Amino acid sequence: MDKIKAGVFSSLSPEDMKTVAKRLRRHIISMIGKAGSGHPGGSLSAVEIVTALYFRVLRHKPLDPCWPDRDRFVLSKGHAAPLLYATLAECGYFPVEELLTLRKLESRLQGHTDCRLIPGVEMTAGALGQGLSFAVGVALAGRLDSKDYRVYVLLGDGECDEGQVWEAAMAAAHFKTDNLVAIVDNNGLQLDGWNRDIMNLAPFAEKWRAFGWHTVSVDGHDLAGLDAAFEQVRSVKGQPSVIIARTVKGKGVSFMENQVDFHGKAPNAAEVAMALKELE
Amino acid sequence: MSELVSLRETYGKTLVELGRGNPDIVVLDADLSKSTMTHFFASEFPGRFFDCGIAEQNMVGIAAGLAASGKMPFASTFAVFVPGRCFDQVRMSVAQPGFNVKLVVTHGGISVGEDGTSHQSIEDLALIGALPGFTVIVPADAVETARAVKAAASCCGPFYIRLGRPKLPLVFGEDYHFRLGKAATMKQGQDVTVIAIGIMVSAALEAADRLEQQGIDCRVLNMSTLKPIDEGAIIKAARETGAIVTAEEHLEHGGLGSEVARVTARHQPVPLEFVAIKDTYARSGKDSELLKKYGLTADGIEAAVRSVIVRKK
Repeated sequence: MDKIKAGVFSSLSPEDMKTVAKRLRRHIISMIGKAGSGHPGGSLSAVEIVTALYFRVLRHKPLDPCWPDRDRFVLSKGHAAPLLYATLAECGYFPVEELLTLRKLESRLQGHTDCRLIPGVEMTAGALGQGLSFAVGVALAGRLDSKDYRVYVLLGDGECDEGQVWEAAMAAAHFKTDNLVAIVDNNGLQLDGWNRDIMNLAPFAEKWRAFGWHTVSVDGHDLAGLDAAFEQVRSVKGQPSVIIARTVKGKGVSFMENQVDFHGKAPNAAEVAMALKELE
Repeated sequence: MSELVSLRETYGKTLVELGRGNPDIVVLDADLSKSTMTHFFASEFPGRFFDCGIAEQNMVGIAAGLAASGKMPFASTFAVFVPGRCFDQVRMSVAQPGFNVKLVVTHGGISVGEDGTSHQSIEDLALIGALPGFTVIVPADAVETARAVKAAASCCGPFYIRLGRPKLPLVFGEDYHFRLGKAATMKQGQDVTVIAIGIMVSAALEAADRLEQQGIDCRVLNMSTLKPIDEGAIIKAARETGAIVTAEEHLEHGGLGSEVARVTARHQPVPLEFVAIKDTYARSGKDSELLKKYGLTADGIEAAVRSVIVRKK
């Protein structure tokens, strides 16, 4: 953890990375449990994706959150705010102790991300479907300014029901934003049930390909695989890339895994204790 | 009547002028650049112009991302599509973070004419006016349009500027000094005040001239900054003239009339009349025919003044 405090992330060993992921899961459970409301399922499913980004891929300076040359991470699925907050705190953007103020009056940690309040949060989110458009704008600005920063945007799979996602997908390919990488947290579940029952996304990878995206599929809990995918898309020119990360909603907590009820329900005190024991 | 000048064309040319001075200005459109007149900018600065196709939600989101990265995006389409088509994008991606996005829309109101109700934006001021942090301007002529667009470019924060399709008579000279958030007194008067925006300002002046010949001394205010509204000018008008008529090319609900009622109710209650569209959708027709049919004319304002003045205490 000393390496993290020093802001030296890229030298973390695979074991360190797993430790970080587990710490993030513990934060998520504790935060949402303390808040009494929130979205554990979709925060837990994206832990490895966000860990890989913040502790391996992104060029960022936690003590200089507005550094103009930073890589940008845009959380489009804003209900995974606990995951982003926990990650930013572990990186040193703000004190870890603040995490337990999630969703409380006067806290900076809003139920869904608010970019005015927290250093390191690029976009206000919560209403789904808007992050990819925003990320296209950030990518275009980078090109206009001849900057070499890259833009990463995390979408939910259910979020891809929103038409705006596909407007943005078309635009990103049209504008050839090869400095843009979308990651889909493909846990297969949305609030009302399985994607395939609520609004079938299949054939999902083919849709992205047809929209002009370089498309990679990966196990979204395999840190080494994610690392390789991020490295692979770095060299793609002339088109945006999407990493479709197959994940398990509620990953890491046995009684939350693939349980749609934990999309937007907080664990009670006993469940928090059980979950934290599993995550020891 | 004075010369008719296009507000849209003025907007397009003003953008080019601004673009020459500020390399961070970028322009977005949603496949209407020949109508919104952003094509002037596109021709001169192709690398800083993004046609987003017929996808307004995405256009607003891209504009937000550009603004978050230090650019000053001007995004244009018809008033009916922004904010109507993409209210939530304007709300969450622009208003809530307070990004420096300038939404300049054209074809506002019913004077868009023959295209009919789908293209007649009569709710936009209520929608955009409800969003905290937005500055909302409805210029009265081409001179004010240029001033308002330049004012938007000189301030940080979200702006909504609503222009109409038709050419309008000039009500201002080139010496006009536009002041953001301040009403312009177009004519002094003591018996009643007409507060107007946009296309209705010249109608208000025409009505005031006629009323003067009948012995009614009518003050005319141009409330081009609808938000933040010039409360002081409204309270002063209420106190000094004792009755107010509002005139706007918008529904009676949620626009200028509602704002003036809110301010007077709190500070200086006086009889009010509202020249506006009365809870209905309009029809296809020539702009002048439509304005007449729905009472958005000097005649309509004159009748409203007569009716409000008899209610004065």
